[in-house]
Amino acid sequence: MTTKLMGTPVQRVEDQRFLRGQGRYVDDIGVGPGGEQGVLHAAVLRSPHAHARILDIDVDEVLDLEGVHAVWTYDDLAGPMAEPLPLLIPHPALTHGRTQYALAKDEVNHVGEAIAFVVADDRYVAEDAVGRIKVSYDFLPPVVGIDNARAAANLVHDDVPGNVGARLEQNVGDAPAAIAKAPHRLELDLTIERSACMPMEGRGTVARWDADINRMQVWTSTQTSTGVRAAVAVKLELDLGQVDVITPDVGGGFGVKINHPWPEELLVPMAARTLGRTVKFTEDRREHFISSAHERGQVHHVTVGFDDDGRLHGLDVEFWHDHGAYTPYGLIVPIITSTQLLGPYKPQNYRVVFESLYTNTVMVTPYRGAGRPQGCYTMERTMDAIAAYLGKDRTEVRAVNFIQPDEFPYDQGMIFQDGRELEYDSGDYPASLEKIKALIGWDDFPTFQKSMAAAGRKVGIGLACYVEGTGVGPYEGAHVHIETSGKVKVATGLTTQGQGHATVFAQLVADELGCSFEDVEVVTGDTRRMPYAVGTFASRAAVMSGSAIHLAAKRAKEKVLKIAADALEASPDDLQIVDGVVSVKGSPGTSIDLGTVSVLSNPLRYAFDEASKAATQFSVGDPGKPPVPEDEEPGLEGKDFYSPERATFASGMHAVIVETDPLTAEITILKYAVVHDCGHLINPMIVEGQIHGGVAQGIGGALYERMAYDESGQLLNASFMDFLMPYVTEIPDTIAIDHLETPSPLNPLGIKGAGEAGVIPSAAVFAAAIEDAEGFPITAMPISPSELFELRSRSLVEPVETTPEGTPAP
Amino acid sequence: MTDELHDVRMTVNGVAHDVRVPARRLLSDALRHDLGLTGTHVGCEHGVCGACTVLVDGRPMRSCLMFAVSAVDAEITTVEGLTGADGSLGPVQQAFAECHGLQCGFCTPGFLTTITAGLRENPHPTHEECRDMIAGNLCRCTGYQNIVKAVERAAELVSTSSTTGEGAGSTTGAGSTSDGETA
Amino acid sequence: MKPAPFDYVRPGSLPEALAALAGEPNAKVLAGGQSLVPLLSMRLAAPSLLVDINGIPGLADITVTGEGVRLGALARHADVLASAEARRVQPLLAMALENVAHATIRNRGTTVGSIVHADAAAEMPVVLKLLGGSVEVASVRGTRTIDADDLYVGPLESSLAHDEVAVSAYFPALPAGAGVAFDEIARRHGDYALCGAAALVDGDTVRVGYLSVNDVPTVVDLTGVPLSDMGEAALEGLEPAGDIHATAAYRAQLVRVLTERVVRAAREMVSTSSTTESASSTTEDN
Repeated sequence: MTTKLMGTPVQRVEDQRFLRGQGRYVDDIGVGPGGEQGVLHAAVLRSPHAHARILDIDVDEVLDLEGVHAVWTYDDLAGPMAEPLPLLIPHPALTHGRTQYALAKDEVNHVGEAIAFVVADDRYVAEDAVGRIKVSYDFLPPVVGIDNARAAANLVHDDVPGNVGARLEQNVGDAPAAIAKAPHRLELDLTIERSACMPMEGRGTVARWDADINRMQVWTSTQTSTGVRAAVAVKLELDLGQVDVITPDVGGGFGVKINHPWPEELLVPMAARTLGRTVKFTEDRREHFISSAHERGQVHHVTVGFDDDGRLHGLDVEFWHDHGAYTPYGLIVPIITSTQLLGPYKPQNYRVVFESLYTNTVMVTPYRGAGRPQGCYTMERTMDAIAAYLGKDRTEVRAVNFIQPDEFPYDQGMIFQDGRELEYDSGDYPASLEKIKALIGWDDFPTFQKSMAAAGRKVGIGLACYVEGTGVGPYEGAHVHIETSGKVKVATGLTTQGQGHATVFAQLVADELGCSFEDVEVVTGDTRRMPYAVGTFASRAAVMSGSAIHLAAKRAKEKVLKIAADALEASPDDLQIVDGVVSVKGSPGTSIDLGTVSVLSNPLRYAFDEASKAATQFSVGDPGKPPVPEDEEPGLEGKDFYSPERATFASGMHAVIVETDPLTAEITILKYAVVHDCGHLINPMIVEGQIHGGVAQGIGGALYERMAYDESGQLLNASFMDFLMPYVTEIPDTIAIDHLETPSPLNPLGIKGAGEAGVIPSAAVFAAAIEDAEGFPITAMPISPSELFELRSRSLVEPVETTPEGTPAP
Repeated sequence: MTDELHDVRMTVNGVAHDVRVPARRLLSDALRHDLGLTGTHVGCEHGVCGACTVLVDGRPMRSCLMFAVSAVDAEITTVEGLTGADGSLGPVQQAFAECHGLQCGFCTPGFLTTITAGLRENPHPTHEECRDMIAGNLCRCTGYQNIVKAVERAAELVSTSSTTGEGAGSTTGAGSTSDGETA
Repeated sequence: MKPAPFDYVRPGSLPEALAALAGEPNAKVLAGGQSLVPLLSMRLAAPSLLVDINGIPGLADITVTGEGVRLGALARHADVLASAEARRVQPLLAMALENVAHATIRNRGTTVGSIVHADAAAEMPVVLKLLGGSVEVASVRGTRTIDADDLYVGPLESSLAHDEVAVSAYFPALPAGAGVAFDEIARRHGDYALCGAAALVDGDTVRVGYLSVNDVPTVVDLTGVPLSDMGEAALEGLEPAGDIHATAAYRAQLVRVLTERVVRAAREMVSTSSTTESASSTTEDN
């Protein structure tokens, strides 16, 4: 029996093409060895103003330009294309949801909103054309920032009073009453500023209308092939069956590519059909900044009641979420904040209420973590404040509030983002805490801090815990097909943006089916191969598609064994499949390979190749019965779906030691540690890579990255020069990682999601560490040296508060 | 202003190509769309991310900050040129596969060319020098830990391999230290 | 982000280049392009003609004598940085160049190009000014030398006429017994500095040049000021501004910190160097 691949660090199959420069990303589509021929390129006129009415659009000079094929504005759109883009995830609390039009109709609501769409011979000419379009505007006062949205001196949308898109309150028990009765009480105000996913590859779409067969083929850099397919079909008034969406290689998503349809995802196919040509849109980096999506901007107010041990009696959180100009993705982000804020704790009484507000800025859709970072930040800063107030160790206060290992499954009494109960399936938070304390050297730190202080140096330590609901439904599916060559072709409908799905899923198939890993080929995100799918987000791919693929492979195996048993005249229970060969256990001479079984599964009249001829040495079936039995199908396929009752809850803890420069306030990371529980690991090398990447993105989000809007709604840092993503030099040399595995009882492989974990506790852990180093509260993140310097100056002039929030731990 | 076309002979990965392009055609676009070498990727078009890095006469340069017309008389190596003539992975590519130095693969070609030149200039880099070698390239997926490991592994593979080049088209070494040399 | 159309010539000699520039008021010189090309791609600049000087022979020389270092127009940052001779004669060049962007940018960008681009946030303009260097420029009218003090007239504005090309820049040698140092603080390694300083100490004379603090590269004379007061004294001649990366007060703090650091380091070079060999470069690496 060969060793199982589950749990082994198998090298990635994707690398073979990526390393040779043979990936096929969306901008590569339509390019052959002789270059790109016959593909037309699109460019978009985008609003330079944050809020304005459009009085007139003059495109007269555009069509004169040589190389321009067509230009569209709103007036050229008809039928469903002229209606607003879909509001993908409605919610009863979203009483005032608004989505944009594919091209701005009467007004624009953020810098970057699409106004006109030009198609030309190449992108250079298309941009020239865009530059010739003349628009006259009537300026409207822009609303920028949560404070201004709340004050509502101006409105983003005339028919949305107070700029409030939604208000949602959830209660577990009676938090206000419990807080009033609690021995101690604290209030905190906590802020996180906007950031963004910023994958290295921006958005793009290519479409080709095949008039010979009346089919629209779309390639788009998306996280959901089926979502785009449905939207294109509806908007272009095509049958679903006439549209194919093929997800190419995608250069990172991190959430921003789950939103759909982008205006361009509709305009490109529309143009392709109208012009009878292949049309391509590839956004540039500035466009990505001003017309994709952002996330993270929230302001929180916490009231908490607790006792002498730090045990929470009641937690009351009010927060304000800035969702930008439109709400296509509904309330997912603030709902996740509301629910995941609880983390590994059981606060006894919990009240959370949020308002989701409009501003004249880019819209907000999930970014890795999707509201959890804000929730974790809020909860963890509260825990730190309680510890400081009581003069207790910050880990002791947390431990006292943990859900204990014997309390699972634990129902938090709320509804999660998937519409299901927020019930944690498994976890061991005390064990994780032991591990993270050991990994970071928590108990030794006070001594270290003192000795550094004696040398005039400031160091601080922070720790943060999180719980992440992963593997949300509704379902994913898989199709496993064993071809007569022995190759195993696997398809699942969700998509890939660097997670190594083709490798990880092949491991699962090889394990279950007994074929060799090298014979498995996995395709993701192609609606021609698997048209039933949801998408890649919420750390769900391994759980959802992994489980579905495992189940589908199981079905295929059942059929293999049934046919092979017949061919080998043995019982299925006596058979084993090793490296693609089925044999009788203990009798290796009696064997049949998977390819031959595949031939036998499909009783054709014609022998096409050697494989079919070779198969004739075996005889299967009963000559007295139909060649294809009544409940069966020809071929060697397995198809199955996995649809869980609820999400499965991964968890983890991060800790960091930082040093702050007394003169320049520069922040240096001395040590970063991660303890991580995502159940059973399919490929530990890939999971670790996800953690590294998440931690780096978290460091970026805590110390470097933010969206800098000015009061007129201009994004001041819409480039990589001024939006500061970390290079290797900004990331510590090592990240200490330890694992815990509490398997999930909810899926056959016991796995939990891993993709987002690295980034969830970053704001919390850095705020805590810097506060510990400085001795004054850090309540707004991200933080730069300049901001830290300003806080230092202010904390020197202002008197010390009587309710000491955030004084250093003893 | 009309787009006058210029005849440009570009030598890429050892092969001469004649293209007719407007002066404003960026080298990155010419490589990708005129020559069909889509391995070089475009992440920002303002010279910061490094995904577009190619070797020009053996030295890493941002192809998004050059015009194709300027690339005349230059020998360019792209990621495709790092693969062996028989299709096998070169040492830097091999190291990345072993060390899981890539996830989505979009930034990877820029790292591969940069490191290839970096190791020619400094075949035995210290750990710090390995980090320094990749300090001008952005990656959003990997967090760099495994990329640094890949640089170290690549140095090992390069020094144990008996061949000098990494497949077709590799040219003169980068960055000699004598004075007054023209680029 | 593609440039607007432009005409393009790639002259094979300097006279050809000068004639092309003189004939077109809206022409620009293309050398390294590391600053110019992004401006064109973002359509922040739209010259009608680009004169590509990369094909002109003889412009890349790095000439080092006991008097100083002369860099030709096409000398790439990387080549200047690699020149052991140049480093020996004027160590401040290498100290500053290490901080210019990233190695890949330095492979194509030219030091002379950076100098005439006149960005107050760049390293080399203020180094030229601190050392009292100069630039030799040519046009169809002939050649002339512009001293560094007359070179920078406004933000991103040099005193070159529209049809003049800088053919070389000259940096005087470090005098015997003098010391130099450079340091800058940036958000990320390789970024534009939030604040940077270069010091020249010669006998009692102390002069410090600053980048990213004023609109133009600025040099302050701090001769006779006690070290601990130098930061404040420097600030009297500077106007640090706030932007999205740093407040004015924080920049001022960096002026104080960096002034002390570079003067201290330059003085250390004086005391540890022999008369013929210069000591190691900057004290603090970013």
